[in-house]
Amino acid sequence: MSVTKKHVAPRCRVVIFSILLALLAIIAPGEALQAQQNDAALQQALAGLNVRSFKDKTAAVVALGELGDARAVVALEALTEGRLYGRKSDQTVVIADRDDRIYKLTDPVSGAALGEVGSRDIKKIVANNKLRRIIRGVLGQLALSSSDPGLRLAAVENVIASPTDGSLALLKRARDRETDVGIRAKLETGIATLELGADDIALRRAAVSRLDDGNDPEIKSLLERRLLKNSDGSFVEPDDALRAAVQDAVDDINDRLALFGLAEDLIFGISLGSVLLLAAIGLAITFGVMGVINMAHGEMIMLGAYTTFVVQEIFRATMPAEAFGFYLLASIPAAFVVAAAFGILIERGCIRFLYGRPLETLLATWGVSLILQQMVRSIFGANNREVANPDWISGAISIGGGVSVTVNRVYIVVFALVVVAALAAFIRYSRFGLQMRAVTQNRGMASSMGIRTGQVDALTFALGSGIAGVAGVALSQISNVSPNLGQNFIVDSFMVVVFGGVGSLWGTIVGAFGLGIVNKFLEPVSGAILGKVVVLVIIILFIQKRPRGLFALKGRAAEG
Amino acid sequence: MKSGFKTIAAAGVLAGSLAFSGMAQAADTIKVGILHSLSGTMAISETALKDVMLFMIDEQNKKGGLLGKQLEAVVVDPASDWPLFAEKARELIEQHKVDVVFGNWTSVSRKSVLPVFEELNGMLFYPVQYEGEESSRNIFYTGAAPNQQAIPAVEYLMSEEGGSVKRWVLAGTDYVYPRTTNKILESFLKVKGVPAEDIMINYTPFGHSDWQTIVSDIKSFASAGKKTAVVSTVNGDANVPFYKELGNQGIKAEDIPVVAFSVGEEELAGIDTGPLVGHLAAWNYFMSVDAPENEDLIKKWHAFIGDDKRVFNDPMEAHYIGFNMWAQAVEQAGTTNIDAVRQAMYGQEVPNLTGGIAVMNTNHHLSKPVLIGEIQDDGQFATVWETDGVVVGDAWSDFLPESAKLTADWTYPWVCGNCEKPKYVTN
Repeated sequence: MSVTKKHVAPRCRVVIFSILLALLAIIAPGEALQAQQNDAALQQALAGLNVRSFKDKTAAVVALGELGDARAVVALEALTEGRLYGRKSDQTVVIADRDDRIYKLTDPVSGAALGEVGSRDIKKIVANNKLRRIIRGVLGQLALSSSDPGLRLAAVENVIASPTDGSLALLKRARDRETDVGIRAKLETGIATLELGADDIALRRAAVSRLDDGNDPEIKSLLERRLLKNSDGSFVEPDDALRAAVQDAVDDINDRLALFGLAEDLIFGISLGSVLLLAAIGLAITFGVMGVINMAHGEMIMLGAYTTFVVQEIFRATMPAEAFGFYLLASIPAAFVVAAAFGILIERGCIRFLYGRPLETLLATWGVSLILQQMVRSIFGANNREVANPDWISGAISIGGGVSVTVNRVYIVVFALVVVAALAAFIRYSRFGLQMRAVTQNRGMASSMGIRTGQVDALTFALGSGIAGVAGVALSQISNVSPNLGQNFIVDSFMVVVFGGVGSLWGTIVGAFGLGIVNKFLEPVSGAILGKVVVLVIIILFIQKRPRGLFALKGRAAEG
Repeated sequence: MKSGFKTIAAAGVLAGSLAFSGMAQAADTIKVGILHSLSGTMAISETALKDVMLFMIDEQNKKGGLLGKQLEAVVVDPASDWPLFAEKARELIEQHKVDVVFGNWTSVSRKSVLPVFEELNGMLFYPVQYEGEESSRNIFYTGAAPNQQAIPAVEYLMSEEGGSVKRWVLAGTDYVYPRTTNKILESFLKVKGVPAEDIMINYTPFGHSDWQTIVSDIKSFASAGKKTAVVSTVNGDANVPFYKELGNQGIKAEDIPVVAFSVGEEELAGIDTGPLVGHLAAWNYFMSVDAPENEDLIKKWHAFIGDDKRVFNDPMEAHYIGFNMWAQAVEQAGTTNIDAVRQAMYGQEVPNLTGGIAVMNTNHHLSKPVLIGEIQDDGQFATVWETDGVVVGDAWSDFLPESAKLTADWTYPWVCGNCEKPKYVTN
């Protein structure tokens, strides 16, 4: 069997390979007649897929699954991935792998290559969601006998999600030969979910008592299905006492899920807080330290995101595929340099003439932001640009109770904290940081001590802009890379800096996480729009009480 | 002083010759106004529509123009600024004296230009799917009305083939199109016997980027034992983080499908569509449809634009149909006079790119087929369902009690966009 699987991720390939191995063990090899019959049956079942009606396709999928043939698995996988085509010339079903304009065809029965054709010679066999769900169940049943425990576990989950008539018997057989404790427990759960619908009330009762101690929303969903009414008005679960038990079980699970819900809100809040923090740190320098009302701050973030896109394209064109995932690391210094360069340009070209005139600065920087947006739109086009998530930051970590944390958000929290720490250390310990603080605290004194205040201003603004550019690298992973990217963050950034206390990095951190968490606890209650309004009102009231924010600078520095 | 005078004189001569050449041109060309944002937030969607209009005009000129005259495009940029749309519309009609305008995307921009077109008796072709509840004598709506997009999509999901969905999340951006569409859908669902507790309605601000809580809410709403689907009227940019979050939280299209009305090939061009495979969209056109007219047009389009990666989408097809109908109507009327062309528009037929014939009805809406497609990993849609024939666009929804009474018909004896009785009663 030589099947070219160009677009399939390595993990998937392992899956298919082990399914093949498992199936090869089942099928007795070497009997020519048997093989011929198998081929004919497979061919017939495959031909059943090349029809318009989804009902007929479904029947063909079930038939393919019942063949238990390893090649059927390959064909079904190809169907879910959209690689199964019908050849227009003779209506045979082929697997086609696209290579730019040409399609390389493979015969799913013999595995032989069938040459290359253009897109007009073949017609895709379309799968819809329902069909894909059924295929998932069928493949799951076939993979129950795999030798890889991870695959078996995934297979059990797939069978539970879309069971067919024969699933119960299959799961029981799998349980009897299963040696892994975890998978066995999962199989027991799966059997219980299917026995919820058994005719024997004792079996149903046992199933309910087995399922009532979990905290899985899927199980809850299956239990709740027992509480519904049929179309004729009778209950799905006819026994009153058992129905009450199901209701109790659902309530118990709901109570436990409520706790997980709180944990989830907290996690979401921290995650949103880290995004706010990243967006605001650059502004904490340009606005917080220098006092420039910098409306072009968002555009610095956008420039950082576009730099990430450009670095990605360079990596894609010049680097081997294994190194591609590290484009993100290379983007960090690149984004800093690009955004900082623009920062110097803006400061020297515009802002330095406007120090001490906040209203004019506001208008001028707003104009700059429009120019930058249109510049990017002219160079890169108005459409969103695709920035890929490298493998090492994809995926999610499940905590249980249906709560999962995505890996890229964890990275963003860590990254935000690292950036703030590095920035704080730089300002505190470096010579330039000292000069920067000196200039912002007392310009005249610093100048008479021999510090070139103009140069320090430019570099401080470049630092703030550069940090915003670095934030753009991280935000490109969760947001659109479009010319409007910056606008989405500008209001939030100002809110964080004002709330946290102008000029205080510590205040920016607490402000960002505080706003993030409050927002996420409000949102389920009030909805996204009202939640934002409430947060805004809270900030306004807070500013009335403490005009200088959470962490106000004290002493003479604050008066400057 | 002398040189200053010279400059002024030169400028005067230049201006005079410009004005003259402008006048000369006006005499032997037919002017087509293009009113699409080329900058600002909506540029993402509208720039392509400007390009497709230039393409259509170029094609028509190659065929010898109209009425023996060449067509001339007048492009203005309303910069995604709604009041500016009205100003630019006035500029097109009063200063440039255009014979027809193709333009607008958002409903709010259409509402802003509507009084201008009615006051100056202009003609606008509006190519985008919208919330309905409108019929102006001066606007032809070539995009889908709710009964040509939203209602068929929901009916599909209710059917056995679509997954027999029983529980509905109506998620939208907070503005007029989603609010009106969801109002229509809600009352449609109730007519179909869906209880109120099985409908969840959620609105988010423009450009919403943090979808964690909402996706998690959808997840728990869906765990009530009934098959759940999301009907999304989320607009433009906010879609990318929404779909990313769905993928991140492990929601597959097989479990909770999302059907969207504002996501097309152009919007998918900037996203990694891998995690989106199987989510749905309802439109009147998909680029992937296997039809000879479609393939020919796409080939010409790629040659015109000089980039064979550029997509073609539903509003672009709407402009294609609208422009061809207008061109036919002008030929038949033998003039570009607005009132004459309007009369000639009714019953005008143009083949759809996906097969079948689009017809302009007297309520200024089209009859078009409805297609439902699933997102594929190459950023295209695979059609999984389509209506048997064409669906007549409804200006006023049958599912809103106060709208169901109204009729839009711009021919005798009705001659009205929102009347309960004909204006002229025939005895």
